[in-house]
Formats: sequence, C-alpha cells, structure tokens
Amino acid sequence: MDDVVLLRFTLNDAPVEVAAPAHWTLLEVLRYRLDQIGTKQGCDKGDCGACTVQLDGRAVPSCLVLAATVQGRDVRTVEGLRGPALHPLFDALDGAVAAQCGFCTPGIVMAADALLRKVGRPVTAAEVAEGLAGNLCRCTGYQKIVEAVVAASERSEARRG
Amino acid sequence: MGDFGKRGDGRDDARPTTWQLGRAHRKVDALDRMRGVARYTDDLTLPGMLHARIKRSPHAHARIVAIDAAPALAIPGVHAVITGRDLPTPYGVIPWTPDENALGVDKVCHVGDGVAAVAARDEDTAIAACEAIVVEYEVLPAVFDPRAALAPEAPTINPYSKHGNLSKHVRLEFGDVDGGLAGAALVVEHDYRFEGTTHAALEPHCVLATVDGGGVLTVWSATQVSHYLHRELARVLDLPPHRIRVIQPPLGGAFGGKSEPFDLEFCAALLALRTGRPVKLLYTREEVFAAHRGRHPMDMRYRTGFTADGKLTAVDAKTIIDGGAYSSFGLVTTYYSGQLLGAPYALPAYRFDSTRAYTTKPACGPKRGHGSVQPRFAFECQLDEAAVALGIDPIELRRRNALDADARTINELAVGSYGFLECLARVEAASGWRTRRAALPYGRGLGVAGSTYISGTNYCIYPTELPQASVQLTLDRSGRARVFSGANDIGQGSSTMLAVITAEELGLDLADVRVVTADSDLCPVDLGAYSSRITLMVGNACLAAARELRGKVAGAVARRWEVPASRVNLIAREAIDLEDPARRVPLTEAFHWAEAEHGLLTAAGCYDTPRDRHGSYRGGTIGASPAYSFTAHVAEVDVDVETGEVRVVEVWAAHDCGRALSPKIVEGQIEGSVYMGMAEALLEAHLIDDAHGGVHAGPSLLDYRLPTFLDTPPIHALIVEHPDAQGPYGAKEAGEGPLHPIIPAIACAIFDAVGVRLRQTPFAPPRVLAALDARAAEEAAGRLAPHKGAAARRAG
Repeated sequence: MDDVVLLRFTLNDAPVEVAAPAHWTLLEVLRYRLDQIGTKQGCDKGDCGACTVQLDGRAVPSCLVLAATVQGRDVRTVEGLRGPALHPLFDALDGAVAAQCGFCTPGIVMAADALLRKVGRPVTAAEVAEGLAGNLCRCTGYQKIVEAVVAASERSEARRG
Repeated sequence: MGDFGKRGDGRDDARPTTWQLGRAHRKVDALDRMRGVARYTDDLTLPGMLHARIKRSPHAHARIVAIDAAPALAIPGVHAVITGRDLPTPYGVIPWTPDENALGVDKVCHVGDGVAAVAARDEDTAIAACEAIVVEYEVLPAVFDPRAALAPEAPTINPYSKHGNLSKHVRLEFGDVDGGLAGAALVVEHDYRFEGTTHAALEPHCVLATVDGGGVLTVWSATQVSHYLHRELARVLDLPPHRIRVIQPPLGGAFGGKSEPFDLEFCAALLALRTGRPVKLLYTREEVFAAHRGRHPMDMRYRTGFTADGKLTAVDAKTIIDGGAYSSFGLVTTYYSGQLLGAPYALPAYRFDSTRAYTTKPACGPKRGHGSVQPRFAFECQLDEAAVALGIDPIELRRRNALDADARTINELAVGSYGFLECLARVEAASGWRTRRAALPYGRGLGVAGSTYISGTNYCIYPTELPQASVQLTLDRSGRARVFSGANDIGQGSSTMLAVITAEELGLDLADVRVVTADSDLCPVDLGAYSSRITLMVGNACLAAARELRGKVAGAVARRWEVPASRVNLIAREAIDLEDPARRVPLTEAFHWAEAEHGLLTAAGCYDTPRDRHGSYRGGTIGASPAYSFTAHVAEVDVDVETGEVRVVEVWAAHDCGRALSPKIVEGQIEGSVYMGMAEALLEAHLIDDAHGGVHAGPSLLDYRLPTFLDTPPIHALIVEHPDAQGPYGAKEAGEGPLHPIIPAIACAIFDAVGVRLRQTPFAPPRVLAALDARAAEEAAGRLAPHKGAAARRAG
C-alpha cells in the first residue's frame, strides 16, 4: 500500500512527472498531486461521471482508472480546454444557463468534447443523450445541457464550413 | 409596473423602462464553475492540512459500552481521535428539538451513526485509524416501522426523546369536516404511501476547518445554511460566535440535504482546535446516504368529499410519518404535511392528523418541497378519482375549486397573487389537453395536477425580532457595485438574482456587480437557502439598498444638471436626462459626483416578513409565507403492459413565480424540479434493509438509480407571471413549487393510460404489473369494463 510509483504522462499537451502511491486512481493523482480541481469527485465508483477526463481522446471516469496505467499516455482535463478564446462548449452551456451548481459540468464538458470530436459533425439531441448517459446531473433535468451541446456542435461546424 | 416596488424602501417611482429584468442573463458564476476555476470545499487545501474520517456504527441500535482508541493513536501519522464524550452538547436545527450529537455519546441510533473521529496525515491513514478503533456495543432491538415504534413496548430510540418514539403529533381542524363528508355526494377514500427519497447532490458534504493565531476558528463548509451552522458550532463547541467564521464556498447542489449542521462540521472543527492544524473531512457517497435528511416516507389516509358538480366539501387526512433517528426539521415537517394543503383549492372544511415517529434509520428532513410533496400526491390523486367518478374533466374540476386572489384559506394562510388558473390554462393549451387525451390509445395517457408552495416563511426557525434578510451594497470609483449578502447560492442562482436587482436599479451590466456571499466575517446575517426564501426576502433587502444608492446617484447627477431627480435615469452604464436624452454621463462619473456629495456610497437594505399574515391558532404561523407560488403540470406517459415499465413521454409545466427576474434561471428551476419529481415517481427509493440489520439497500448513485440523460423526457417550462405585492418586482419562488405536481400527474396519466391507480411510490414495474393483474381479475369477474376498450393484458 505504501509503494510509490513514478508516473510520466502528457497532461493537457505538457509532459508531467509525478510520484504517487501505486494504488491511487487517476482522479487522486489529478486532484491531489496536480491540482486539477476541475476534475470532481462525486461518487468515487464510476457512477456519476463528475470526474470524467479524456484518456487518449476517449472520455473515461478517472476514478476508475488506476493511475499507474496512464504511463506514457495522453490525459486531458477540463483545465486543458482553457485557451485564449472561450471553448464553444463553455460558451453554449453558459448561454443556455445549462449549469446550476456546476459540479457535474466539467465532466460533462469532457464527455461532450470527446463526443463531438468522435462524431465530427453537428450532433442530434438523441446522440447527445446517448453519449452523455454516463454523466449524472442532479440540478438541470438535462434539457438545457442537451440544447447547448447541440448548439455548440452546430457553431463549430459553421466555423469549419 | 403595477404592484412592483411597493416593498423595499417603499418608493414606487415610475421608471420608464426596465433594464435587466426578464432578460436572458448568463449566471455570474457559471463559467468559473464549469471551467474548473471555482474552488468548491473539497478543492481547498491548506499547508499542513490533516484529513479526518468518522468511524460509524454497523448496528441500527446499540449502546456504546466502550471505545478503545489506543490502537488508532499508535499508528504513525494519526494526530487525534475524538469520541462523543468530547462533544456532549446536543444540537438540532430546530431550537426546540436538539436531539443529536456529533458522535454518539452513549448509543447509536442507525447504521452509519458516528462513534469516533480521527485526524491523520492523509486519507489512507485516517481510514486505517478508523478501522483500528475498537468499539464494544451492546446491541439493542432495532425498530424500522413507525407504527411499531409508537407501540408501548417499543424501546425508546432517541436519547433525548421526551415522549418515547413520538417525535411530533399535530392535529388541526378547520370547519365542519364530519358534516362536510356526511353531506357529500361522493366521498373518495384511499390509503397512499410515499416512499422516502434522498437529495443525492453530486457534491458530497465536505468541510475544512482551521484555527488562526488569534484563535479564530474558520470553517469552510458545503452547507446551505451558514447561519444556523454558525449558531450550532458556537453552542456545541462552547465558543463565542465572533470567534468562529463560517464560509460557504461554491456549492455542488443541496436540495435541502445540506440545510442543517452535520457531524462532520463539529468533528473537523474540534479536531482543528485539538491539533492546531487545518482539518478536512469529505463524506464518501455512502456517508451522504447515511446522513440523508431526505423526504420522509409517509403513510396517508385521505377522505375527500365532493358535491355532484365536483366542488370540494371536506378533506380529512391522517398521516404517519417515518422520521428516522433524529428530529432534523421534523417538527416543521409534521405541520407542513397538513398546512400546505390549504391552497390552491378552496377547502370548505379540513382536518389533518399527522404523527412523526422515531425509527432506527437515517434521519429524514427537508427535501425540495419539504413536507408537502407527499400529501400533494395523495390529494391530487383524490381529485382525479373524483373527476372520473363524477364525469368531469380533471382540469375543469380543479377550476371549479379555485381560490380567489387575496383569499384567506381555510387554515388562514393569506394568499396574495394567484396565478393558478392561468397555470391550468397554459398546460391545457400547450399540451392540447382535450384532443390529445381523447386520441391517446390504450397504454398511453395524460394526467394533470396542481400545487402551491411558500416563498419563505414569515417566522424564523428561532424566535427573533431581527430582520430575516439584510444586504450591504457599495459602489466604487470604477463604476462598479459590490453586494455583500449572507445568502447561500447553492446553484439555484441567488447570486445572479442579487446582481440582476443591483444592475437593474443602478443601470449596470451584470459583469459590473461583484456578489460576495456567505462569509460570516464579511456579510450580514442571512438565514440561508431553505423554504424558497431567498429571491423574495434577500431580493427585497437588495432592492432597498440599491434604491437608496440609486437615489443618491440620480440626485447628485440632477443637482449637477440642475434638473429634478425624476428626470435622471440610470441605464446602460450611463445616467441620462429623460427629457433631453442627448445629455448623458457615464455611470463611473456619476458615481464620483455622488461620492463627492455623500462620501462613500454604501447602503444597507433589510427585509422582514409581514407578521400579520398567519393563522390565529397554535401552529398557525407554520406554513405562513409572504407569498405563494402556484404550479400545474400535464404529463404524458407510455405504459408497457408487458414489462410494467412507465415512460414519461413529455411534460408541460406551468409555474406562477410572480415575476421572472431571470427567465432562463426560472426555466432551469422548473425543468430540474420536474426531473427530480419524476425520479421520485418512477425510480428512486431511499430504502433501509430491515432483513439485514438496517443497512442501506443501495447506497450508491447507480443502485439508488438517479435518472440519466436517457431517462428524462422533454419538459416544456411555461412561466406564468402574477406579480405579488410582497415580492421584489412581484417575484415569488420558483425552486421548489414546480416539483410537486409531477408525481400525481404521472399517477393520473397511468390511470388514463391503462386504468389502474398507483397509490404507492415509486411506480416501479412490479407495482404496475400487480395493479394490472388486479384490474384483469376485476374485468374477468365482470366488475370492471375494459379500459379504453382494451382488456387488461394480464388476464389471470
């Protein structure tokens, strides 16, 4: 239990090197060692999706990923979506007032971003509901989130086109 | 602008246009939250911080014989262990019923009750230390059923109880109930059970406590009632309140589940005092389920009398409430289970008899729609049964029983604005009620229900003559405003509401308003986020302060321009001359002119509730509110008669919030309420497994089964605005009322779909199939005709 491993992986496009107990999850390493506080702990057992990050571009609940398994891989957290311009998902979610307490939102953004990249065209409401079914929100009733993700995908398409 | 502006400072000045009200605002804090910038309680760390854990009882009911903490203290990295004897003062959010300790002193009363707490260098060490503590228990008989708990031979559960396992009994009668029932053309009488449910906010409860060099204890807590936490910390820790600073960081949802002090706050605070180090304590998800304080299970017997044309003659309700091990808000819950049924219908006679019992289970408390969601379910189902029996359209039957605006209800609640009829009309039109209902085939159905809710309570939890809400407002030299308020923003958007009111009055953009909240060292006292009080109460306080400052700024500008102050409007970050719109000055400069004249531009606004709007009888203050919201829902369901699964197809939800200061936020409250109520109707149940010693039947979000994106239907949020003279610009509540009708609306829609009455939540497949079987037997025996011409599938 006290074994410590040295992890080297890419976090938000930058290499990181961090030592952590071998039994820690990626969630623990991100929050406790790397101050990635946008990655939230809601249940610590893969039920809620608040800790969703992208691992090699795929959305995963970081509480179910043993940190040792991300050696050499590519991890992106919600902090990795910050940039000089507001990410279209943040803008759409904010404009739709799709975040109430906001605790689930970073995880939803990471799952939605992965979905939009995978689909590569404007998504339908049904695709969003299916794609985000692993993320729980207790405040909104989901409706405004779905509207916002669809709108963000349409805006991104318009920008590309 | 009608009634607007009668509250606040009493000036009803006629501004030509509104500037911010009713616009599609972005919330002032949402971007920081969604981008992972905002630090929630568990995102805070301090140098030298220790991690605390609570050791919890595996027994539902036991005497603590001995606790040996030595093995825990022997583990390297363990800094302190405390037990119930270190925190012997009982507490409780209701001052009349302090009946729990942070850690069990002599006994434990449910599985998950705390017995000891540990502070250690990290979480793993704290967990190991909890496991190392040896507790010797003498197991006592557990009591899981409230009726069994009330039997004379039952062992007394709560250590501070004065009347065995009776937590509270309320019986109130208004008018001639027995006469009304005897003279009724139709009496509908049935038993209903509302299963317990829990809040399941995604952020688990969390606290961080530290003591600074001056001996001030600072407690950051994921609470929705900083002020009540502050009071109880002072009492239990025996510290003067000024030596405690309570801060509520951004909060990850609450819904009533964080509206009283919890064991973790006392434990972390004492461990910080003992060790001199910052101490953090984060609940596991299992601990959140054990802390509970969710919706009370209620067994309700309702008898309702009607005339032949569908007018109510009398209502008689008898309710057994399963309280769990502690009081929590139970005294209020017991009253609310009856009091809030007084509207939206005119009841000629009404009696309720409600009994709350202690049981050896996690304590129940206030969940969104506190105390009144359960009776609303029973009563609206009664109305639907009467409508069917009397051959009256269920919306029409409700119309026939409407109150008037400014009515006094049978239990003497003073209703002001009354938008209920418009709510009914809106859902009727939007759903295409008549044609849609007539066209739906067997298996599909439409149901309707209505409700009311309070916009805060006229009386504080503890007796006081002090204002219920206060706000301090300051304008600065950069043309911006800062609002200081004790109000807890729990995600419902109260900080945005304060920014909207400030910006509206002073002509600012929302981005110009900095809202500082819920820090007891910086902000005036507010009672917190409960009973849907903040928009009305804190909004009024903010409006008063903002109007005072607007008067100073507009007056200073008027004097410079040598015009009457009534000609000066503050709007779009400028002061403008209404009669000479070319004459204008940026607000920054206007603020300078005003500061030059008055000194620092600061104002305090206060709001206190009317004290003449409540029942004249004992208990008549409970349920009395400055203003009542109204709601009507129509739900369409699809019942799979092979599996018993009920799917909600679509929901139309109309809510009278008085005035929507920020419509998108109101819509979000309506949509979230419908979602949460739908979950209680179909999926969720907070069940304790009495066959396995009282453990929680499924303490995870997956087993408890929160609805996902795929489970939630399209919801049409329809805003109805009947401004109330008591509210800021006429605003009333929107956060809790819209939850109520969805549960009976779904039950009634199931009846419309397949002809069976579900009188127990949740309407899960086994219950639906059993009801279909029962109907099939009745049809086979010739006692019932096929519903909608279709025989119930499960014949035999």
